[in-house]
Amino acid sequence: MKHVVKILTLLVAITALWFGLLQTSVIPRSHTWLLPIYFIVSLGCYGLLMVGIGLMYFPTCPQEALLLQQDLKHSQFQTQCRHWEGNFG
Amino acid sequence: NNMEETNKNKNKYSIIIPTYNERLNIALIVYLIFKHLRDVDFEIIVVDDGSPDGTQEVVKQLQQLYGEDRILLRPRPKKLGLGMNCLHSWFEHASGSFVVIMDADLSHHPKYLPSFIKKQLETGASIVTGTRYVRSGGVHGWNLMRKLTSRGANVLAQTLLWPGVSDLTGSFRLYKKSVLEDVISSCVSKGYVFQMEMIVRACRKGYHIEEVPITFVDRVFGSSKLGGSEIVEYLKGLLYLLITT
Repeated sequence: MKHVVKILTLLVAITALWFGLLQTSVIPRSHTWLLPIYFIVSLGCYGLLMVGIGLMYFPTCPQEALLLQQDLKHSQFQTQCRHWEGNFG
Repeated sequence: NNMEETNKNKNKYSIIIPTYNERLNIALIVYLIFKHLRDVDFEIIVVDDGSPDGTQEVVKQLQQLYGEDRILLRPRPKKLGLGMNCLHSWFEHASGSFVVIMDADLSHHPKYLPSFIKKQLETGASIVTGTRYVRSGGVHGWNLMRKLTSRGANVLAQTLLWPGVSDLTGSFRLYKKSVLEDVISSCVSKGYVFQMEMIVRACRKGYHIEEVPITFVDRVFGSSKLGGSEIVEYLKGLLYLLITT
């Protein structure tokens, strides 16, 4: 099943639940009408929360830049030696 | 167990490195690959897009140093980049049963290659992808705006696509060659959307995908690679993947 079909099925199920709640009046109608807005706002807040947490705990690796510089110096030296051996060894 | 695995590993790995103006980096990355893959059967395939800076001449010198059977040069006439219509020529010359694709600018460090191989041997995964977004991975050289954009893009992609991996746009990956051929045949995007499409399509096809932490050192300090047009392209790509995968 295509992924978009899965998502549409989920949305249809949620919409059916909302209609059901409207029909049965389990929750007062005035609140039930606003449920889709609450859902969208909650989804937005969840997204912002995930972005915020992700930003706070964004993994960084400053030591890797130093290690890379060391690697570069070492490898430049080794490559030159190998080139020297290849030409004159 | 590690020694046994290493000794028993008779697989050959084809390491594909696309290059464009990487004259300064290509020798270094080749040296580092040889340094970190001592007991592994591999070949390096440099796919160069007609670099005007002499990258191909450097590769030819490296072929003299390391052997033409270890370093293959596949020049292309112009900058074709990634994408299905360009990639079929990459791996038709690959003699390995596994293919690694990595960047040439040392943002992907070859020291992680053994961990990719080890993870694949341990789990039998079809694809092993590097992730920058876990605790033992990481990024260096991104400013706050870049991190914010990256995190926002990631959350959006995770919410919409349920991709099963934490790093969708990473391009440091190991594939079983047969899996790569299968997945790439259904991809049509280019650039980093292509990277996303590959991993999402592989996930949809039910292939076993594993992740290993990697660090990414962005050496192009100060320049943001995510302008307005890139964001629009990203959103279009996301929508395309949502509908077609």
